[in-house]
Amino acid sequence: MPSIKLRAKALEGGLIEVKALMTHPMETGLRKDSAGELVPAHFISEVIVTANDKEVMKANWGGSISKNPYMAFTYKGAVGDKLKLTWKDTKGGTDSGELVVA
Amino acid sequence: MSRLTIAGLVTSALLAGVAFAAEEPNADAYREMTYGDRDANPALLVIDRGEELFKEKRGPKNVSLEQCDFGLGAGVLKGAYAQLPRYFKDTDRVQDAESRLLTCMTELQGFTVEELTKQTFANDKRNEDNTDLEALTVYIAAQSDGMKINAPAEHPKEQEAIKVGEGIFWRRQGPLDFACATCHADDKKRIRLQNLGNFSKAGVDVQKTMSAWPTYRVSHAAVRTMQHRMWDCMWQMRLPDAQYGSPMTVALIAYLNAQGKDGTYALPGMSR
Repeated sequence: MPSIKLRAKALEGGLIEVKALMTHPMETGLRKDSAGELVPAHFISEVIVTANDKEVMKANWGGSISKNPYMAFTYKGAVGDKLKLTWKDTKGGTDSGELVVA
Repeated sequence: MSRLTIAGLVTSALLAGVAFAAEEPNADAYREMTYGDRDANPALLVIDRGEELFKEKRGPKNVSLEQCDFGLGAGVLKGAYAQLPRYFKDTDRVQDAESRLLTCMTELQGFTVEELTKQTFANDKRNEDNTDLEALTVYIAAQSDGMKINAPAEHPKEQEAIKVGEGIFWRRQGPLDFACATCHADDKKRIRLQNLGNFSKAGVDVQKTMSAWPTYRVSHAAVRTMQHRMWDCMWQMRLPDAQYGSPMTVALIAYLNAQGKDGTYALPGMSR
């Protein structure tokens, strides 16, 4: 199952708008389970987006980002750019999604 | 002097509060700013999962749901949700999308209703992901995006369901002597910024609600279906748990969809 939904659209002025949805529980580390025990933190801590292998966006996230997070940004680019989004989380998990800007 | 300043601040704060309360809050503008970007809806991820579940061979009989008939013929999903609830000959009753889903999962795939309804909804207190039933339902519903609410009311049992639903809507019951109508039969009623909607008359209010579910409830971090809405309203009225897909819930949905006829589906929805 693809856990990342990546979209990109060319705007005016040579800008590319990138939108991404990521499947992730984003546990804050502050929530308690039904037994009253703290649920360990488990959230995406880093998101990197590259265009043609060059980094165009990097985000450092914390536990305050919602479950199944959404992110959008623009960068200066062109149709045909090969985009790759990669996230890493606090448990060493990682996933990535790719897209060619059309 | 500092006491005077504080008193002055309090007075102006109170005055500001009064002025603010007198103004009609523009909840639609707030909603548009918060949930207006349809690409931002995490329900899209759940729909992808629902599609996989739908097409996957599952259950004791190891078949997919692709031959399930939601009213427009076996395997036809496009526009099917927009024409539910409806009467089904094989089960001889009126069914909504979710009770019909149970029929297909038992008849086609060989699951039992007991195992399917052991947990119907994700528990948001436990940060759970949507259940299979919820994921399947939002996938099925999304195939009617952009279409009009158009549940049939020709068969006597469909007409009966709408009538029964209307009766339940108005019927005061339970320890709080509550009816659906207690909250949903007046114009411009709201709890904080949440519009309650007047569903006692056909038109915009009920159209808006019925065309926007299933919806991604941001405060639940999960997709919620119409069956969940019925269950949750019953819970809020302190009534016993509504049984998933029961004739009572289907009747209420049939009534609300009759009231909301011709509203245009914008699915998946996204709300607070």
